[in-house]
Amino acid sequence: MSIKYTKDHEWVIVEGDIATVGISVYAQDQLGDVVFVEVPEVGRSLDKADELAVVESVKAASEVYAPLSGEVVEVNEELEDTPSLVNDDAQGAGWFAKIKLTDASELEELMDEDAYKEFTEGLA
Amino acid sequence: MLNNVGRPTRPEGGSDDISASETFTGNKALNLETPLIFEQSVKGRVGVDLAEPKKVKNRLGGLERQGEVGLPDLSEPQVLRHYVRLSRQNYSIDAGFYPLGSCTMKHNPRINEKAARMKGLGDIHPMQPVSTVQGALALIDDLAHWLKTITGMPAVAMSPAAGAHGELCGVMAIRAAHDAKGESRTRILVPESAHGTNPATAALCGYKVQSVPARKDGRMDLEAFEAALGPDVAGVMLTNPNTCGLFENDIKKIADLIHGVGGYFYCDGANLNAILGRTRPGDLGVDAMHINLHKTFSTPHGGGGPGSGPVVLSDALAPFAPVPYVVKRAEGYTLHEQVDGDAKASFGRMKTFHGQMGMFIRALSYMLSHGSDGLRQIAEDAVLNANYIRVGLNDLLHSPFDGVCMHEALFDDSTLKDTGVTTLDLAKAMIDEGYHPMTMYFPLVVHGAMLIEPTESETKETLDLFIGSMRYLIEKAQKDNDPDFFAQAPKYSPRRRLDETAAARSPVLRYQKETAA
Amino acid sequence: MRYMPHTAAERAEMLDKIGVDSVDDLFVDIPADARMNGLLDLPTHASEMVVDKKMQAYGLKNLSPAEAPTFLGAGAYRHHVPSVVDHLIQRSEFLTAYTPYQPEISQGTLQALFEFQSQVALITGMDVANASMYDGATACAEAVLMACRATRRKKAILSGNLHPHYREVTETTVQFTEFNVASNDTAVEGSEDLTANLDKDIACVVVQNPDFFGRMQDLSDLADKCHEVGALLVVVVTEIVSLGLVKSPGEMGADIVVGEGQSIGVALSYGGPYVGLFATKQKYVRQMPGRLCGETVDQDGKRGFVLTLSTREQHIRREKATSNICTNAGLCSLAFSIHMSLLGENGFRQLAEINHGEAVTAADKIDAIDGMSVVNDSFFNEFTVKLPIAAEKAVEMLADKGILGGVPVARLIPGNPAMDNLLLITVTETNTDDEVDQLVAALKEIANA
Repeated sequence: MSIKYTKDHEWVIVEGDIATVGISVYAQDQLGDVVFVEVPEVGRSLDKADELAVVESVKAASEVYAPLSGEVVEVNEELEDTPSLVNDDAQGAGWFAKIKLTDASELEELMDEDAYKEFTEGLA
Repeated sequence: MLNNVGRPTRPEGGSDDISASETFTGNKALNLETPLIFEQSVKGRVGVDLAEPKKVKNRLGGLERQGEVGLPDLSEPQVLRHYVRLSRQNYSIDAGFYPLGSCTMKHNPRINEKAARMKGLGDIHPMQPVSTVQGALALIDDLAHWLKTITGMPAVAMSPAAGAHGELCGVMAIRAAHDAKGESRTRILVPESAHGTNPATAALCGYKVQSVPARKDGRMDLEAFEAALGPDVAGVMLTNPNTCGLFENDIKKIADLIHGVGGYFYCDGANLNAILGRTRPGDLGVDAMHINLHKTFSTPHGGGGPGSGPVVLSDALAPFAPVPYVVKRAEGYTLHEQVDGDAKASFGRMKTFHGQMGMFIRALSYMLSHGSDGLRQIAEDAVLNANYIRVGLNDLLHSPFDGVCMHEALFDDSTLKDTGVTTLDLAKAMIDEGYHPMTMYFPLVVHGAMLIEPTESETKETLDLFIGSMRYLIEKAQKDNDPDFFAQAPKYSPRRRLDETAAARSPVLRYQKETAA
Repeated sequence: MRYMPHTAAERAEMLDKIGVDSVDDLFVDIPADARMNGLLDLPTHASEMVVDKKMQAYGLKNLSPAEAPTFLGAGAYRHHVPSVVDHLIQRSEFLTAYTPYQPEISQGTLQALFEFQSQVALITGMDVANASMYDGATACAEAVLMACRATRRKKAILSGNLHPHYREVTETTVQFTEFNVASNDTAVEGSEDLTANLDKDIACVVVQNPDFFGRMQDLSDLADKCHEVGALLVVVVTEIVSLGLVKSPGEMGADIVVGEGQSIGVALSYGGPYVGLFATKQKYVRQMPGRLCGETVDQDGKRGFVLTLSTREQHIRREKATSNICTNAGLCSLAFSIHMSLLGENGFRQLAEINHGEAVTAADKIDAIDGMSVVNDSFFNEFTVKLPIAAEKAVEMLADKGILGGVPVARLIPGNPAMDNLLLITVTETNTDDEVDQLVAALKEIANA
């Protein structure tokens, strides 16, 4: 499936009923050098828009919200030692968590690549 | 989710020719390096001469330590030299202009230091019988009288240790007052320009923080404030003069509105310096306000404390004040130390002992020196100096809000747009010019904010030179098209820009023998 | 007025430049009916000589420990502070600097903080320490809040022999949060069971060593029992000199150590400012309150220091911060660090040995007085004596003889008859043999009266 985005700059890629979640290239650029990511525990159930993670740069801390409802089935443990993955490869190796979806219809509310691009350009 | 404040936190580029000209020692004439004390240790050295311990059978209950702690061993002259060298790597108000907005870096008179060390003041124990500390209790009571008179408030809680601790005291009193009435309120309103301590404090008292936007003129948006009010609002926390350096001219309406819904008015008194003797918070409808003795009343900042944050209280909140407090009776002074009797409604205790006595001594000495006439002159000169800087720069730098300011002048970074120079770069270039930079990127409501608070201590010549330096640098940023000049600043400080990103990614928070350089 | 430089002519010139007629025009935003036209009802300004005399007059009305044998403790201790300490902390560059927000021109403060953090971590036996809290009691309250956050639990158990003010400050601080604390009853005889209510809902157990009455205890078993249920052990140390001689809390399994650092380098000053110590294990570092200084490099690759992990703090995290603390005890932590540097490994131990030796000697003499007994068998430099009369009365009688003879337990734990005759007595390196003999003689008179 193709990538989708939220207005809070999270991205989602869904394969089967598993959604991989991270923050966008635009978001990491705004945050600057990421120094710490607090990921959720595996097994936690989240409603859409619940706090999923906290991403910290030196001068800012930002909440990352669950773009979709579901249960956390895996987290990116590499971020603990190498938070710079979020800067270097935000939409790849810098993923935060995998969520097992409970309501696939929530996907429809998210933006596709073009819509998000337009959205971020409007923020400048 | 983004609340980026736009500051690079890693130095860019490497050395340029200035720092490349290293010496063998790493020192540069009067610029003297000193390793960590741990790296100067030679086993067997000692910096004190102590008596021989008495030989006794120990009574430690079998808990005697076996191994070593790992502390470094140095002689007295080594220690002295180490800290003298360290001190010389610090900027200070004694050495130069320190226009750090919202921090009130004013002259710290030395008579205050002398007084804090006087016999019977600096050396008395907090648990001496009250009959042996009547002078100390009188001093606290006299200081309380000055604070109440200056603010026009009927009561003051002396024990809070600093501004944020004072806020906690005030908001706890508010919470206790509502609880006493059987009211369960959930929200505290805080303007978006507030100090971070305000929302942090409200959260500690179990309140949800609701942010109120600012108006175009830099004051709290009264309509938005009114719309946010309701029976579940416990109070409002408002800094006045506010963090934009402006007097909240609707303050009495704000007080009436919050009182109208049964809430209380907490005023953050960080900027009291601007209004000393010109208006009294008690006449503005305030219910609680902390006073930073380490700002307004000149007790030294000491590189981050200690402070002292007494809180003046209205009649409505006074019964909930923390213990202990001084009571003046015909036969002498006593201390009320327990939550009982007259203090049965008190919300509790905030500090191990009675408060920051060392700061009380200094603050009272400062007030006695100034008197009522001097205190009013402080506000007038502080405001005069800030406005002098405002008009000295506002053709070059943009003031986000029109009109006169109070004790600090606020500018945004629109002038620097398209120059490639940021507020941070400009501030770092000020370091090379021999200044401590202004407060930057605060308040958050102004883009690339520069908040300049000169205080009343400075001469006109100092202000003129500062204005000249700022003008020189801003014009250089605009005309030279050389952002690298700024990005490389500071060049002449003991250290150049530090890698905060590396520090936060893999924190090294103590000396470790095995990893030492 | 000597502190303000402007002449009348300069003020006029500046007002002219600003474009206003008078200074009143700068205060127009103050509501007209709240403006003060006259002066505050307070005395007018005074010369330095006059202020000096007034301040001395306050001091002269107090009984200075310099003139009275002093045996007071209960959380604040009289120790000799080397002259170097007070000289150095009065250097302008330390005294009159702000919080080190601009690291390029604050390396002095920052390196000193890094050294302070290292010293505190070492003596407490922990991995990391912060750059200080206001005092011991506020550090204790912060430790409870931190333990609740770190364990995601809501209850703390406080030892009944915790300094009563520490208990009160902790109860006060948490009372409006979602957390709560339960305090055990005071156990003078030292038979406290801290594990009775210890279960998987408990965030932490807070225990003081030496405890309020001076008793020492091995906390290793308690640490194990806490860890078995996932709770943290918070150890409070009010007399930090004890760690020169005693096993560190870290060695006994503590997860958080908080303490009062006043004993090292900081003046008694009638109760403040002091310096709160706060140390913990590496894995909890992001849950810590307060400022932290960390090592890094500058643009040229030179070692330097910065404030770090700031996203825990109020100026960034606002209502989600780990604490609302901003200003801490900077200069007092510097005094602590300088004094500790002078002491070093051997001096720290020797100072503790002197204190213990003096206290043991004095305790034996007092215990030998008919009608008096030392309650606790183990102690460091402070012990509890049971008197034949109310201790509050006894200290007044001693004060009349010019002796500051101890702290009555009932002053801190009122309303409990079992406490009325208990007196806390502290003996340090500042007490001479002659002073101890004066105290013993005076106590004998009280016993015989």
